[in-house]
Amino acid sequence: MNIQIKNGHLIDPGNKIDAVQDVFIIDKRIAAIGKAPQGFVAAQVIDASGLVVMPGLVDVAARLREPGYEYKATLESEMSAAVAGGVTSLACPPDTDPPLDEPGLVEMLKHRARALNQCRVFPVGALTTGLDGAELTEMIELSEAGCKAFSQADAALTDTRVLLRAMQYAATFGYRVWLRPQDSFLAKNGVAHDGEVATRLGLPPIPVVAETIALATMLQLARETSVTLHICRISSADAVDMIRTAKREGLKVTCDVSMNHVHLTEMDIGFFDANCHLLPPLRSQRDRAGLRAGLFDGTIDAICSNHSPVDDDAKQLPFAEAEAGATGLELLLPLVLKWADQEKVPLLHALSRVTSNPAQLLGQKMGHLSVGAHADICIFDPVASWKVEPGALKSQGKNTPFNGYEMQGRVRYTLLDGQLVFQP
Amino acid sequence: MNNPQLNKHGELQHLLSTEGLPVRIMRDILDRASTFLSPGSHEIDKIPLLHGKSVFNIFFENSTRTRTTFEIAAKKLSADVVNLNIGASSTSKGETLLDTVDNLCAMHADMFVVRHSSSGAAHLIARHVAPSIHVINAGDGRHAHPTQALLDMFTIRHYKKEFHNLTVAIVGDVLHSRVARSQIHALTTLGVPEVRVVAPKTLLPTQVEKLGVRVFHDMGQGLKDVDVVMMLRLQNERMQGALLPSAQEFFKYYGLTQERLAQAKPDAIVMHPGPMNRGVEIDSSVADGSHAVILPQVTFGIAVRMAVMSMLAGVSA
Repeated sequence: MNIQIKNGHLIDPGNKIDAVQDVFIIDKRIAAIGKAPQGFVAAQVIDASGLVVMPGLVDVAARLREPGYEYKATLESEMSAAVAGGVTSLACPPDTDPPLDEPGLVEMLKHRARALNQCRVFPVGALTTGLDGAELTEMIELSEAGCKAFSQADAALTDTRVLLRAMQYAATFGYRVWLRPQDSFLAKNGVAHDGEVATRLGLPPIPVVAETIALATMLQLARETSVTLHICRISSADAVDMIRTAKREGLKVTCDVSMNHVHLTEMDIGFFDANCHLLPPLRSQRDRAGLRAGLFDGTIDAICSNHSPVDDDAKQLPFAEAEAGATGLELLLPLVLKWADQEKVPLLHALSRVTSNPAQLLGQKMGHLSVGAHADICIFDPVASWKVEPGALKSQGKNTPFNGYEMQGRVRYTLLDGQLVFQP
Repeated sequence: MNNPQLNKHGELQHLLSTEGLPVRIMRDILDRASTFLSPGSHEIDKIPLLHGKSVFNIFFENSTRTRTTFEIAAKKLSADVVNLNIGASSTSKGETLLDTVDNLCAMHADMFVVRHSSSGAAHLIARHVAPSIHVINAGDGRHAHPTQALLDMFTIRHYKKEFHNLTVAIVGDVLHSRVARSQIHALTTLGVPEVRVVAPKTLLPTQVEKLGVRVFHDMGQGLKDVDVVMMLRLQNERMQGALLPSAQEFFKYYGLTQERLAQAKPDAIVMHPGPMNRGVEIDSSVADGSHAVILPQVTFGIAVRMAVMSMLAGVSA
């Protein structure tokens, strides 16, 4: 179908466009920007006056909970949450039940996602079988099944020899390795940042060194193996500094941060708010400032939702016993806008963190609106404000630390492959 | 952020922590507790302030002393008392904490006295129950044990009269101690100018000084000229987590002996929340000596718990 998106403010970080321009879609792809192609007749015109038109968001970490945890969320519920948040591509971590360590599981997931035709799903394969940190998965098979990267999700990989070999093997075939740095001994039983709040509330702590020691190991092994390493969900200012230095010396390393850590600190735990029980833990104000600086200067490549829907029963428990995680797909865009507004970051720059940059992390030609690209588009109202009400979220997970927050920026249309997949 | 312990009139709704407990309420509790004690004899008479009310002691973690003194306190106030030692029984059957609480609410509980191994459990219950139900935290994880701290404050006031001229040392395993956290907040709220913690670095939480305490690693310096020594219990399992090499070495450096106590003021009092490990954190000669006020602490605990319960029930003594 031919679609014209008219009078919208186009922000396309991948092509450095920040201007009022029309977008013309023929069939599934972008046909032209600005001027209609010859003989173009629109079957549908979307009036985007006063709205921002951008590439659909690319989220490098969103748990869909399938297979195995359908009581927390399903593909149906979470993909409708994704498109309601303007997210058209997402990578899902392998910590399902069973974990994504077999090609069959990956194919099944991709097949289910394709059938729903809402959002592109890029499964991240398990790095070790059963995520047990001992034996390598069949990475070639998994890659052929559709895995774009390999990860341990939040599972520990304590054996550094296994880590070295996993990186060597992945590097042999040019596969990306995505790891969240956390030393499992230092983080043992911990549930909150080792700081003032954990001390006051008597919560078992996770110190910053749990992150930086694991990160140092990973960087050192990446130097050794030349693997394409992506560091997931960094939480501390010290980790930002280490990655900045590593990038300067030319190491092939990238990293992301969750939107929760861009906005919240340990203080938000208040009186044991289990919605703030997150992995990694929310850290100090100094850490948040460091993460924001890293986002601004490009040390941190992407912001992700780290969407982790949790059922109510698993959250209605004392803080330490409550399951970690928060829903996020529908809050990613407004929270990126909030950060941009607070730090006076131009939108072209800010939105690259959820479009062109994460697309590169996945090695995909997407996250931009070049002529010929898939017409995956998010159109939002930049001044519409709304209040986060868990009951109104499409995600099956209602758990969010942003409950009751005022947000600015509301998605009006989401298109996937030139098809309207969301309109409120 | 709303103080979860107070109702909208600023009155005590739940007792969850000494942190954020207004000094007026703290002093009210101590004053009220003293009315329950006969002068001189420390006898406590039975009074009908909580007649017709049901107090449920729900203990998810073992306790003898605290549960018993709560039970005695409730009975002295003429309440109906139900003791539930849940331990692992109910939760091991798959029932969640809040399901257990809902069931007890359906049995018309007026007040819950809760002990749980997880920090924040009492807050969770307080947020969950109807406004007519009151929650008393009898110890949650490492977080708080407010009635213990209040009875300690009562004891200090009994012997020292005032707080504003005191130096108090808290000695031992502060890291794992809900008692220590509650004592620190209570002491600073009541205006004690110098609160010290004395322990090796492995037994102190990060940034403990932000709670308003001075940190000492040397026992002699830590006890120098103090008015009050508050000892903490050292649990045997601390030796397993590489926190300490042995109980013997701990006692050698941090155990309270007569010799060490000599560093304190001549009229210093020695307190312990119990149960004591003689020869681990405290020497028998000190525990049984003239400075020790450990047994009066227990008696005062009953009066303080009566004061808290009657205040929560909204009845004046």
